[in-house]
Amino acid sequence: MNLKTWRERITVADFFMWVTGGAILLLIVWGSAATLASGRYQPHHWFDFLVFGLAQGSIYALIAMGYTMVYGILRMINFAHSEVFMGGPYTAYFVAAAFASSGFLDSHPVLSLAAIFAVSMAVSTLIAVLLERVAYRPLRNAPRLVPLITAIGASFFLQYTFRGLYGSGFQAYPVVKILEGQWLLGDFRILKFQAVVIVAAALLMAALYLFVQRTRVGKAIRAVSEDQEASSLMGIGIDRMIVTTFVIGGMSAGAAGVLYALMFKQVHFFMGFIPGIKAFTAAVLGGIGNIPGAMLGGIFLGLVESMGPSLFLDGLGIVAPYQLKDAIAFTMLVLVLIFRPTGLLGERLAVKKA
Amino acid sequence: MKRFLMWALAVVVVAVLAAGPAAAQAKKEAFKYEDKKGVIKIKPGQPIHIACWMVVAGPDASLGTDTKRGAEIAIADRGGKLLGHPVKLSVQDTGCNAEGGQAAATKLAADPTVVAAIGSNCSSEARPGAPILWKAGIATVSPSNTAPYLTDPKRGPDYDGYLRTAHNDKVQGAVAAEFASKQLKVKKAATIHDGSVYAEQLQGVFAEAFKKMGGSISSQEAVAPTDTDMRPVLTKIATGAPEFLYYPIFIAAGGHITRQVKEVKGLEKVALMGADGIFSTDFYKAAGEAAIGMYHSSPDFSAFGAGYKDFVAKHQKKYGEKPIAPFHAHGYDAALMIFAAIEKVAKKAPDGTLHIGKQHLRDALYATKNLKGLTGTLTCDAYGDCADPRIAVYKTAEENVKKLAMPETPFWKPY
Repeated sequence: MNLKTWRERITVADFFMWVTGGAILLLIVWGSAATLASGRYQPHHWFDFLVFGLAQGSIYALIAMGYTMVYGILRMINFAHSEVFMGGPYTAYFVAAAFASSGFLDSHPVLSLAAIFAVSMAVSTLIAVLLERVAYRPLRNAPRLVPLITAIGASFFLQYTFRGLYGSGFQAYPVVKILEGQWLLGDFRILKFQAVVIVAAALLMAALYLFVQRTRVGKAIRAVSEDQEASSLMGIGIDRMIVTTFVIGGMSAGAAGVLYALMFKQVHFFMGFIPGIKAFTAAVLGGIGNIPGAMLGGIFLGLVESMGPSLFLDGLGIVAPYQLKDAIAFTMLVLVLIFRPTGLLGERLAVKKA
Repeated sequence: MKRFLMWALAVVVVAVLAAGPAAAQAKKEAFKYEDKKGVIKIKPGQPIHIACWMVVAGPDASLGTDTKRGAEIAIADRGGKLLGHPVKLSVQDTGCNAEGGQAAATKLAADPTVVAAIGSNCSSEARPGAPILWKAGIATVSPSNTAPYLTDPKRGPDYDGYLRTAHNDKVQGAVAAEFASKQLKVKKAATIHDGSVYAEQLQGVFAEAFKKMGGSISSQEAVAPTDTDMRPVLTKIATGAPEFLYYPIFIAAGGHITRQVKEVKGLEKVALMGADGIFSTDFYKAAGEAAIGMYHSSPDFSAFGAGYKDFVAKHQKKYGEKPIAPFHAHGYDAALMIFAAIEKVAKKAPDGTLHIGKQHLRDALYATKNLKGLTGTLTCDAYGDCADPRIAVYKTAEENVKKLAMPETPFWKPY
């Protein structure tokens, strides 16, 4: 490619974007260098930031899975997914509270946790499947904007249904004693339940990935997301595969919801909104439609939120940097999209769509 | 001459024609009531509408529910009637944020029946909301806004219709600083605010006062009210090794900080203090056992007037529980002030219609002097600060968290 074709290809907008991106990058590098040079943070602080970010990020990743899989198969953004994430743990709260007040939670913690997870995942799955059946299936052949609007409507409907059912206040999850405390590794330490959250999320994601990559159903799902007509000609039940996708998304959101509730304790009807937006961001960041991309995007976002304010901004002398946590997260999204418009791992999707 | 007569006749005719109806009109409306902001006319039997704009849903619902109950009891104490008219209390949720306050105020401003308003709860709601109400001529008395800005001489004429029965945080912040440095004898403190007018100004007042008393501030951090993961920001605070953490924010974020602070290395022993925004039974629910041993600055219930015991008994009877947040008595007093002002300015027309002038009502509210309320004696200054604040520090014990009950006796008083 010679210089002339380059000049024809680059628009003013492109140039502007690159300059902006470069400036942000420069700022980040400068800020990080200044922070590290100041020596304010010890290695054990960085380790803590890492663990906090991983725990938060793996929850984002689990939710992002639902967004990305639905996008992959239906080419639509399921904005009601944040309510799928909220419905499960909010319902399971009542199970958890009953276990806690009867003492069963303390005497049989593992069994109770399993029951709480089961209830949450079941409710979330049910919501996801109903959503698909009622709100999305009748509109499958409608223009792409229509299901998007329906999704937003369904999201509001679900939020206020739960508000009507369980009240407008919040509930607090009970403390699970076996998850309290910390493990020490010399100067480093890790909170027990954060370790559990990270490990549980990692196992779930690995299982999901293997399911989609290695099983017949997983192969069928991938086939449907490649080409619906061709796969239906090959004898794959499109509807069944789409429902299966929603089931998987619902289950991972239900599990993520309990992990979230165990980590932060408060559940309320609006709790899905912010994690939902973040997880959607994570899915876009990783390349929407791509499963490992969603995982990577979630973890990346979690780490940026946890470390970013200290690492990038502290060295620049910005006061109270954690107020800008969300701004940093979305700036990173913009930065990634400037240099890789399809997201971190979105290459294959671009080829597929074209 | 003839010409002159003609002219004279014409003048007389015109004069008679003009004077006739005017005289008749004067006879018909012997009653005259004017107001530059408009007059609300309430026909006999129609209710006097007082509107609450408070946070009654979401994580901070306890704050608004508490003040609303105070106003309800004030109305019940009057037998539900004022000047022979029933009193109607309506409620708009404000969400404890600027957008919610703006929406609620806009809705009230569009309602021509609203005589006066009680609210808001969070200072961020009042900042955009109070000017909207006053533009529509509605005066508002807040039971729980405490940010200094709202009654600052520099606030501007948009806030002319705004008053409060709650204390000014210039007092509360100074009490917290005095408690930290004189009672706990800590030298290094850190603060967290959530970007709201209330929290940002209150921690600012605290930090100023604390520095003046010889302490140092290791960092002044901020979070968003919707944040859940506070561990990273707390880790940053831990690098400054403070002995005292002051976070006068709201319930959701306050609960997260309280639960997570002991998990962060270097903050295991830090003393925790919040303010009136998180002094609530819902906060105990949010924070769980981590709240045990924590301090809160709040109006001193033991310094309230003689009627307070009665009030608590009525509250228990009516709602089946004790007050759930610090501003119930201020809600009661706000209603009391409005009643007194309405009684002062309302005029009955011969046909029984009650006339209330909006500017007159506002002026009467500002002229409130030596009104005996539950919280003390109310006297409003030129910028609408009406409270006679007594702030004390409360300490949370195990039974408060277990039974979800507010502490009853102050732990420390500055006076």
